Amino acid sequence: MLEFDDIQHILLTRAPALTGRYEFLSLKDRAGARAWLAAMLDKVPSAKTMRESVSSENRWITLAFTWQGLRALGVDEAALATFPEEFRQGMAARAEMLGDTGANDPAHWIDETASPDLHAIAILFARDAAERGRCELEHRKLVAECKGVEVLSTLDLEATPPFEYAHDHFGYRDRLSQPVIEGSGDEPTPGSGAPLKPGEFILGYPDESGLQQPLPQPEALSRNGSFMAYRRLEEHVGKFRDFLRANGETHEEQELIAAKLMGRWRSGAPLTLAPEKDDPGLGADLQRNNNFNYKQEDPQGYAVPLGSHMRRMNPRDTAANMNRRRMIRRGATYGPHLPEGTPEDGQERGIAAFVICGSLIRQFEFAQNVWVNDRNFHELGNEHDPIIGAQDGTLEFKIPKRPIRRKITGLPAFTTVRGGAYFFLPGLKALRWLAAGATRG
Amino acid sequence: MAIPKGGFFADHVEKGRYGTIFPRTPACYGFSILAKIIAGREEVFYEYARNIEKTIASQPDALAVLKLHYLRWVLFPIKGDTYFMYQGIFDTDFDKYTEDAIALFGATGITTVFENLEGFPKDWKTNAPAFIKFVREHHCPSFLEYGEYPYASAEEIKKALRVKASLSEMLDQMQ
Repeated sequence: MLEFDDIQHILLTRAPALTGRYEFLSLKDRAGARAWLAAMLDKVPSAKTMRESVSSENRWITLAFTWQGLRALGVDEAALATFPEEFRQGMAARAEMLGDTGANDPAHWIDETASPDLHAIAILFARDAAERGRCELEHRKLVAECKGVEVLSTLDLEATPPFEYAHDHFGYRDRLSQPVIEGSGDEPTPGSGAPLKPGEFILGYPDESGLQQPLPQPEALSRNGSFMAYRRLEEHVGKFRDFLRANGETHEEQELIAAKLMGRWRSGAPLTLAPEKDDPGLGADLQRNNNFNYKQEDPQGYAVPLGSHMRRMNPRDTAANMNRRRMIRRGATYGPHLPEGTPEDGQERGIAAFVICGSLIRQFEFAQNVWVNDRNFHELGNEHDPIIGAQDGTLEFKIPKRPIRRKITGLPAFTTVRGGAYFFLPGLKALRWLAAGATRG
Repeated sequence: MAIPKGGFFADHVEKGRYGTIFPRTPACYGFSILAKIIAGREEVFYEYARNIEKTIASQPDALAVLKLHYLRWVLFPIKGDTYFMYQGIFDTDFDKYTEDAIALFGATGITTVFENLEGFPKDWKTNAPAFIKFVREHHCPSFLEYGEYPYASAEEIKKALRVKASLSEMLDQMQ
């Protein structure tokens, strides 16, 4: 039985927010840090509270901590040593393996998330900009009152128009394939697979192996917690549109190239079900738009290229043990909208997202290392993920086609990593335990 | 390909999730795990061999996830003790699909032999890092590797064999 009243809302629910803000914090004084956390406690809703109050609330807050942040709050060294190695090292230390090299190297990150001084994140999702402004002001006052609590950086989130559905700056419809946790009460959409055991995402429950993984200690800290990988990914919209124009003569051809890179038309319609022509009705229909597989339906990639983003991030029935690789994604877009036909304005815009999972190394890092940045994924030889993979201009993208395939060489980087970090997302009791001094009784 | 002591080329060390990746050679990726078996357990290994044979007979693609060319299991004596060698040649570094391998080991019973090796972690089912640490600590890297068909993957070889079979069938039908 999931403990809905202890699990932070972000794990099980999605806030109906159009804006938001991330604040990255350093906690340089233990008493000040605990005072800050104590003041924030009643503002962090559980999944239960969120579900009961979603229509009347205007803002939803999540708190999470780096390994150094847990130390800053007073967690003892013996307990800290029980956390997984990859979390202890942090995302920046694992950059090479994650593909964060070249322009993506943590040395170039702009938000201090590669710094060992990063200790905590306060995530705000707000219904509108006015509420965000109010919360921002309130938090600024609180931080000023708490000794040693410093804001390293912030990021304002903005949905990008049209607002009727979630999509990124490139225009791809988002949030179409999310795993469902067994016991959450949610129903998976057709094609999304059966609900997964909670331990895949929440600590303290059996996972898809049938076993419960050992908990970091003490249990008061780890139970009902989870791990989060944060990625701030700039989207080079101008470059992306230039690429489509350079590789497609007509609007239809350009849309098809965009679809081949992703595996879906920008409307969300999957190429497996709409291989020749976009079908916006299908793209918007959650009962149909995720209902497909690859092994029988598209083994050679004639519809969805083997190296497309969607096929890499969820190979479905063409990968082993898929149930042990699933991840929950949360987050939003940031930066100004660049209307179609407008030249690149040089402003940063992109996606700032969280990948939530029970094991960073088995789920998030596997996806980055093996699916996104393995040149030889599906025997492709010289490709990375065309949307989020590390691209240095030397790789290619192959589009299977009869009678002969199309090969695009010198693929540019459409995205650049601008920040990233690993966080531990405690349950609400654990937040109270941390605020009260993190003493083991 | 001659490989320096320690198994890595100093000027090209690639990091994997669980540590440094041993280099790809003309004989592809691989490992040679050597460990002492717990005294008196030899028969378990022979029983295990019969089980693996049965598994492959009923499910020929049971080990497909490992992207293998060959696996060899050897028992040999050193000063009155029995040692086990588990040598694999495959197309991807072990680091990449290591959790899949552990899951597969559990499903096919490969771990039944590992559980009879000295020092193998008892909690391997829930402690992938400990399993991987054992494998890494008992891996003896090659200092020289040769491939008669250098860098060709098992998938490429299987495809070539399928093409040959199809061509042969076509020629037969044309007669």
